[in-house]
Amino acid sequence: MPAKGAIALQIQLDPELAGREATRPAVSISDVSHAYPERGGGGEVAALEHMTVHAAEHELLAVVGPSGCGKTTLLELICGLQRSDSGAVECLPAALMPQRDLLLPWLTAVDNAALALRIGHESRARARARASALFEELGLAGFEQARPQELSGGMRQRVAFVRTLLSGKPLLCLDEPFGALDAITRAEMQTWLTDALGREPRTVVLVTHDVEEAIVLADRVAVVSARPGRVVRELEIGLARPRSRTDPEVLALREQALRVLASSGPRPADVPARAGAQDGAGR
Amino acid sequence: MRRAIARARPARSRPTRALPAVLLVATLIGAWELYVDLGNVDRLVLPAPHEVAEALWNNAGLLASNLRPTAEEVVLGIALALVTGFGAAIAIHLSPWLRRAIYPIAVGSQAVPIAVIAALLIFWWGFGILPKLAVITLICFFPVLVTTVDGLAAVDPEQLKLLHTLDASRWQALRFAELPAALPAAISGARIALTVAVIGAYIAESQTATTGAYAGLGHEINADLTALDTSRAYAAAGVLFVFAIVCFYTLALAERRLAPWAHRPRGEAR
Repeated sequence: MPAKGAIALQIQLDPELAGREATRPAVSISDVSHAYPERGGGGEVAALEHMTVHAAEHELLAVVGPSGCGKTTLLELICGLQRSDSGAVECLPAALMPQRDLLLPWLTAVDNAALALRIGHESRARARARASALFEELGLAGFEQARPQELSGGMRQRVAFVRTLLSGKPLLCLDEPFGALDAITRAEMQTWLTDALGREPRTVVLVTHDVEEAIVLADRVAVVSARPGRVVRELEIGLARPRSRTDPEVLALREQALRVLASSGPRPADVPARAGAQDGAGR
Repeated sequence: MRRAIARARPARSRPTRALPAVLLVATLIGAWELYVDLGNVDRLVLPAPHEVAEALWNNAGLLASNLRPTAEEVVLGIALALVTGFGAAIAIHLSPWLRRAIYPIAVGSQAVPIAVIAALLIFWWGFGILPKLAVITLICFFPVLVTTVDGLAAVDPEQLKLLHTLDASRWQALRFAELPAALPAAISGARIALTVAVIGAYIAESQTATTGAYAGLGHEINADLTALDTSRAYAAAGVLFVFAIVCFYTLALAERRLAPWAHRPRGEAR
């Protein structure tokens, strides 16, 4: 069920991968529940509850929901930083691009981007050469030797994205990548990301609280309820790229998603309100 | 944008920056001179600054010869303290077991009166440079250890998570994130250590009988006081004072070279 027509139009897909994708999704979260210990208390906070969501290979899945809906927990499960309490998490190897760029201030931009290569024991020169090639391709040329402190917020996010790409992992987990940017830079970065993924196709799980961003970027949007998070609706975004936030179709989908979010609202944890969830309800 | 404002302030030139310190020292020396000249102070108890300057001029060769062994002790002692302190900090950071083993001993080593240890070490190791180095290292490694342990632990846990998803090993996390992050703290520790190293050198030399002609400035001060040559003792102390300041700023300079990021405006911390 995650495979149908979800592949973006302009991402050229390796036919072999496409065949594989039909049988095995890149991300498979099935009926996952997860709780973490309450801060300062002895209790537990349920972050995710019976969460079911899938992403096909080279699909961009956006997970959108209110703050504190367990989105970051979801990414940490996907990246193997935590184990779920129950349910099955099956994912391709994933690299995380955290909310903050977390660039290392003692490395230049290009060395930050090449971090994964250095960790993979490539020589410094080779790692730099490979990162520089991507800098060229992704509009960062000329900033190779800059220190992170010298870069703008948007540039830093780009470098962080290149670092994530160069991890060589087939799955990228982006946690609110543009959340800290101003509106203009964010719109630029969204265009940039679409473009970058066009050149370097990967499966992406993008977590955001910005519904518009989700619809502009994603092949599919999973709308997640307030904590404990669960998928209340999945929206297929079959629109051609590049998309503009002012397209009538984008606006219509945005309305739809916002309505779902509003109706999912805060609710007692024991109410099995799954009426809106279409996908994976039977699992 | 915030960054642009933070960076706009130009660095002032060095002479202007040193001016307040020079003024303060000049004022203090002037007050000292007046106090001694007008207060009818016995010159054996407290010489006037101009007499100290005279002693400095007349004994420049002697003082320089005595500075050499002291400087050697301090520099080697600091180097040893850096190696042991940094090494112990990494061991403590990596292993809770070693933390429980090393930390109490390290704290305990600071609680023992250092003059007592110096005397015991000299009794054991003789009058060479070894017991002096041991005393200085013993005093100095503690600030290096504590600041480095804190610096290593201060790394953003999110950073470590990120490195983990990039498949970094424990050693690589240390190498790429924790060690560079701890470097400014470790150098700060070394700067604290340096100031006490000079004290350590004095204590160590005080416990030593003369073996050579030039046994160090600490030894020189004691010998001069015994001989009631107070102005030369003050001159020797002055040399020690300037030496400590020079060392301190040399390290500060080294820090700018080794950890330039720690001196940039933080800009967007988040």
